[in-house]
Amino acid sequence: MRRVFHILLVLLALIAPAAGSLEALEATPIIEETEPVLLDVVPPGPPCSLTVRDYLENSDFGDKIEIEWGLSPDDGSGACDVTGYILSRALAEGEVGEVLDEISSGVTRYIDESVEPGVEYYYNLVSHDGTSPSGRVWAGPTAGRANLFQWSRFSVLVLMVVFFAMVARFTAVAGKGAKLFVRRIPGLNAIEEAVGRATEMGRPVLYVPGIGEIDNIMTIASLNILSHVAKITARYDTPLIVPTARAVVMSAAEEVVKQAYTEVGNPDAYNPDNIRYLSDAQFAFAGAVNGIMLREKPAANLYMGAFWAESLLLAETGFEAGAIQVAGTAMVSQLPFFVTACDFTLMGEELYAASAYLSREPKLLGGLKGSDWMKVVSIALIAAGIIARAVGLESFVAWFQTQ
Amino acid sequence: MATIIWTTIGAILTLSVYSFLYKDNPFYKFAEHLVVGISAGYYLVIYYFNFIQPNVVAPVFLLRIGNEAIGLGSSMWWLALIPGILGLLLYTRFFPKFGWVGRWSLGIYVGGYAGLGLSPIMQARVLNQIGANALPLTSITNVFLIVGLLGTLTYFFFSMKHKGVLGVLARVGIVFLMVGFGASFGYTVMSRVSLLIGRVSFLLHDWLHLI
Repeated sequence: MRRVFHILLVLLALIAPAAGSLEALEATPIIEETEPVLLDVVPPGPPCSLTVRDYLENSDFGDKIEIEWGLSPDDGSGACDVTGYILSRALAEGEVGEVLDEISSGVTRYIDESVEPGVEYYYNLVSHDGTSPSGRVWAGPTAGRANLFQWSRFSVLVLMVVFFAMVARFTAVAGKGAKLFVRRIPGLNAIEEAVGRATEMGRPVLYVPGIGEIDNIMTIASLNILSHVAKITARYDTPLIVPTARAVVMSAAEEVVKQAYTEVGNPDAYNPDNIRYLSDAQFAFAGAVNGIMLREKPAANLYMGAFWAESLLLAETGFEAGAIQVAGTAMVSQLPFFVTACDFTLMGEELYAASAYLSREPKLLGGLKGSDWMKVVSIALIAAGIIARAVGLESFVAWFQTQ
Repeated sequence: MATIIWTTIGAILTLSVYSFLYKDNPFYKFAEHLVVGISAGYYLVIYYFNFIQPNVVAPVFLLRIGNEAIGLGSSMWWLALIPGILGLLLYTRFFPKFGWVGRWSLGIYVGGYAGLGLSPIMQARVLNQIGANALPLTSITNVFLIVGLLGTLTYFFFSMKHKGVLGVLARVGIVFLMVGFGASFGYTVMSRVSLLIGRVSFLLHDWLHLI
């Protein structure tokens, strides 16, 4: 009995969906009237032409190539079924290469901004209608070349011409013997006082020209001041110790000190062993200079040039040793330490001004005066920029934002 | 075992350097001379393999670095002789009679770098700064910034005495500079303290295993 009941249940389960589908069949017409779907198997015509050339319209660094093509005959006319173009780039002739971009129909120009300067590329282009692509058109090879003149940096040229004109003018005026006014920098008096104090105490002067290379403008300014200091020590017959962290700086420092001693008329007092190369390693250099401060006990420590994290180590040790200390650097991050631990500090451009003030060299004076008036020009341009922004002339400000 | 030995050497050298805080002593002298001597030797090797060998020796003597032939097939190999000779000229100072020749190298080196640096400095430190500071005076911050900039530039103007209006502006400039220096000082002291923490952690954790 139970078996028969199971069979009945199974039969019912089979019949029920079939009955439902029969009802559905009765409700729907047997032949549905739909629009016939026509598959587009005819590819569109290929682009008429393809030309590639180095991008020249605006200044570039050779990292752009310009690609132009003629529209496919089926783009906007003919079958009017072109939906876009596929642009590819390869390094070898005949290769399809990587797909660079998919471009909308109606467009005839593309700038490839991802090329390696000097590398030759081959380009190919197909049009497509969404189902099938056209035949491929080829062009190349072309390489991106940097423009001879960077128009985007024209503003740099203009300002450099203005700056050099001012420097040349002031240098010429100074060269003719005219007295160009440069205000006294307080820290400069301190240098002579410090050397004088060392002489009175019969102890050496320590001059640290920083740890910058000779190409660093601060090191060059420092060597000019070193010349002045060496002349004073030569005159007073006070030992001058110059520890350096760079071999080339040591060579230059030797030349400068030797020359200064000769000019003063005391060449015999020059001791080449006092111009020392210690180490290129920053903290090894700092440690060794600290050792000199404690063992040779200089009465005056002069730190002029480019300094980094060793500045406070040096200045603090010199302070503990009781030396009079004068520092000068344009390293903004290190100035706070020198201001804190030294008796006098030449801040930023005062370092450069000091070398011009002390030497009275026409070229240095011309440079100082030129950069002074360049500041006036800069303030005027900033004021003009503020006004330009206020009246909506953003292009004036953008002229200064070079890449 | 090797780790323990090296850590102990590091710890002893660290303590030797810190002993300088008390006063100059033989331990500090030893550590100082050790680091100066080692760094001199280290930089000699670094400079040779990073600069002299690839830029001078390899192109001239057709050496190879790894699998790459340096200078092989290059018709411009002789260009490498120029910096090589200029470098050698620096050693003429050991011969007093010809010592002046070394100044050529220095002159080319300094002049070349100064020339190369001119355009980027004018662009980055003058032009772009002019553009960045041409701000609309629509907020207190912008006004503050412009006043500070004007004052600071005036302070570094050397062609006139700082009297009258220039004197007032220069005084404003120095106030801005000192505030900036104070902030920079505090920030750097924080980073130095973190270096100290690193060393103390090395001594107490890596060496003594106390923390």
